Amino acid sequence: MRISVQEAPFELGAESDAFAEGVAGAGAVVTFTGVVRDADQGGLAAMEIEHYPGMTEKALTAIAEEAMKRWSLADALVIHRHGRLAPGERIMMVATAARHRKNAFEAAEYLMDYLKSRAPFWKKEILAGGGSDWVAAKDADEDALKRW
Amino acid sequence: MDILYFAWVRERIGLPREQVETSAATVADLVEELRAREERYAAAFADLSALRVALDQELSEFDAPLAGVREVAFFPPMTGG
Repeated sequence: MRISVQEAPFELGAESDAFAEGVAGAGAVVTFTGVVRDADQGGLAAMEIEHYPGMTEKALTAIAEEAMKRWSLADALVIHRHGRLAPGERIMMVATAARHRKNAFEAAEYLMDYLKSRAPFWKKEILAGGGSDWVAAKDADEDALKRW
Repeated sequence: MDILYFAWVRERIGLPREQVETSAATVADLVEELRAREERYAAAFADLSALRVALDQELSEFDAPLAGVREVAFFPPMTGG
């Protein structure tokens, strides 16, 4: 299991390859990647991601440990960036490895649901036309935790 | 006790962290003390339903006791992912 909270970009291909090679006997590997989107074409200049150093790593470790146990994972990986990101840049990735795909998929969804609402990150949209907005948490994100 | 602020709470109060001498028994008591300080604190803590609190880097509740706690953090609901 590996948790990385970093400012630097990560190589999606290299990370995925290394993860899959490390769990060659598992049978199923799922990866998910989050990307800074610009829903309002051209309206977003950057996304600033703030976090709580110390608590972030602890929270992500606890979430990943729970996923490892509940879905009997062979391994799990969480990479989450902070700092200033441009539209199209990768914010984060999770990878899960299990004996069967159902567990790998479910565990990846669990990791995503929990890290959205329970890991101390905050996103601020820097608008191309000037100004900025903190991204508000959605009720749907909180509701998503109830299914687990 | 160290108090940390994140995201718009940090912006509204105007600093990321400070040391506070307090005898507050609970988080809610501490919030009352902070609110009474200055308008910027009153503005940041106007609506507790819009805030979350962590005690020693664990999510907690506003009625939680502060005995033995070294670090309190206030922030809006998290938006990771």
